[in-house]
Amino acid sequence: MLVAWFLISNTTANLEERRIASGFGFLGREAGFEIGESAFLRYGASDTYLRALVVGLTNTLAVALVGIVLATVLGTAIGLSRLSRNFLLKTLSGAYVEFMRNVPLLVQLFFWYAVITEGMPGPREALSPLPGVFLSNRGVFFPTFSGSPELQGFNFTGGAALSPEFAALLIGLATYTAAFIAEIVRAGILAVDRGQTEAAHALGLSRPQTTRLVVLPQALRVIVPPMTSQYLNLTKNSSLAVAIGYPDLVSIANTAMNQTGQAIEGISIIMAVYLTISLSISAFMNWYNAHVAFK
Amino acid sequence: MKWLRESFFASWPQALVTLLILWLIWKTLPPFVDWAFLDAVWAPDSKACRAGEGACWGFIAEKHRFILFGTYPYELHWRPAIATLILIGLWVFSAIRRFWKWWLALVWLLGLTTIGVLMWGGVLGMPYVENERWGGLILTLLLTTFGLAIAFPLSILLALGRRSNMPVIRGLCVGYIELIRGVPLISLLFMASVMLPLFLPSGVTIDKLLRAQIAMILFAAAYLAEVVRGGLQAIPKGQYDAAHALALPFWRRTALIILPQALRISVPPLMNTFIAFFKDTSLVLIIGLFDLLSTIKVSLNEPAWSGFGVEAYVFASLVYFVFCYAMSRYSKGLEHQRR
Repeated sequence: MLVAWFLISNTTANLEERRIASGFGFLGREAGFEIGESAFLRYGASDTYLRALVVGLTNTLAVALVGIVLATVLGTAIGLSRLSRNFLLKTLSGAYVEFMRNVPLLVQLFFWYAVITEGMPGPREALSPLPGVFLSNRGVFFPTFSGSPELQGFNFTGGAALSPEFAALLIGLATYTAAFIAEIVRAGILAVDRGQTEAAHALGLSRPQTTRLVVLPQALRVIVPPMTSQYLNLTKNSSLAVAIGYPDLVSIANTAMNQTGQAIEGISIIMAVYLTISLSISAFMNWYNAHVAFK
Repeated sequence: MKWLRESFFASWPQALVTLLILWLIWKTLPPFVDWAFLDAVWAPDSKACRAGEGACWGFIAEKHRFILFGTYPYELHWRPAIATLILIGLWVFSAIRRFWKWWLALVWLLGLTTIGVLMWGGVLGMPYVENERWGGLILTLLLTTFGLAIAFPLSILLALGRRSNMPVIRGLCVGYIELIRGVPLISLLFMASVMLPLFLPSGVTIDKLLRAQIAMILFAAAYLAEVVRGGLQAIPKGQYDAAHALALPFWRRTALIILPQALRISVPPLMNTFIAFFKDTSLVLIIGLFDLLSTIKVSLNEPAWSGFGVEAYVFASLVYFVFCYAMSRYSKGLEHQRR
């Protein structure tokens, strides 16, 4: 109690001395800064701080959701490859896991951002791996139902685009988390008793059939709990966006804190939002786990 | 021949996969070797780098002093160099089983004192260097070492608290662990860099390095606590009962019977957490400390060398990989020995 009183009295004294307001009143004021991209909402510099933070949240959720899907697909494929009989596939996927797990995510994000902004050609010489899809140092452009990207002046217009920041963050998060997911998938499959595979073979099921119908459903019970924590990690790691300039929640809250000086409120918002996301994902995964567990 | 057939061409789909991979290797490996080695520029000459097609390793050659030692005064670089070697030496020394004796603590105390003297100076005729100017590899290693050394005992207390019968202590520990694990490390680092100064009485300041270190400790303690708790839960109940039957008081019961077993079980996951923590120290870049990754990133700001980010981060990956891979191999070895 004494410690709490000491901290609070210090803080209020400091805030008064620095003329920093307290409370969440600043949320209603005009933010006055632009945001590079917004996944769903329209936003302009004259909108409020609250709206800016909501845009940041949607950006976080967008990259986290797409990242989770990509990481799961890639991770499962690599985890299965590690158990393959094929020597090349096994060795390559093993090397992938070892390398990705032993390099910090932040380094990987910087690397992908450098690859996109420095390694890729400009829009005029953009690579086109598929018709209508363009890779350039301005980001990734691909066609949608409403139109396809065309070169106009110095950049593409039409179709849909992923900014270099979003693309780098997405690739970085997905490939990094995939390495951890691969290990979880592998451990899950190895945890299924050998007798199950042998019984399936005895019934005349082929290897792919055995994997799909017998092994995977049983392995899921072991896989789901650690997978939950990987999804949570990916969501929390998306906050590294601030380092490469993708306007996620942390990055926008950071700008707001710098402008208003209201650090306590800003950090409380960040923490509250991430705690809510964490608790929701664990609640959902607990429900799903109860669904796949033995009845 | 049998091995060749079974591991490459066991069936038609397998053969197809093998051929596909070989084709991919054929398409990607030669251009990569060209870029990384044959066409690479090794001399520290940014004009030659811009003209050439390959990687520019000259960037690393030119900037290696700054990358390794940060803004430490140039003519005094031998001091952090020796300090780095001593610290790595201490880690390697402590990894050897034969030296797991009580005097290992003395060796560490001696080593860390030497490192402190070397880094700060101010005695024995060495000029004083304030810790704002420390940077590079030694900063990464120091953040890891002190972070783990202080977080580990703290995590044991947290884990014991979480399993305590006293509701207030248990509630506090559960709340702390879940709160820290639920938020990203960046928010803790921001908290340390902007919020911590507000909590202190006016006039008292803590420097940036120490604030970042405090945030890293608070973060690591929560994660390590969960690992230790796993170890505590894995001990058979009979051990707890037997300790009770001996009528030992709580702390002696814990220190003599429970913890030695719990920690032994948790060595592999502890090593994983250590590796994760080493990687996480790179995040201090975001609040403006000059760790290894930060010095590499700042080196790119010089106009002559801007645009060689890919080379710079490949180099950074290799450095981090060497450390993390060594740790993970060592932890595998430990597990193997125990079987």
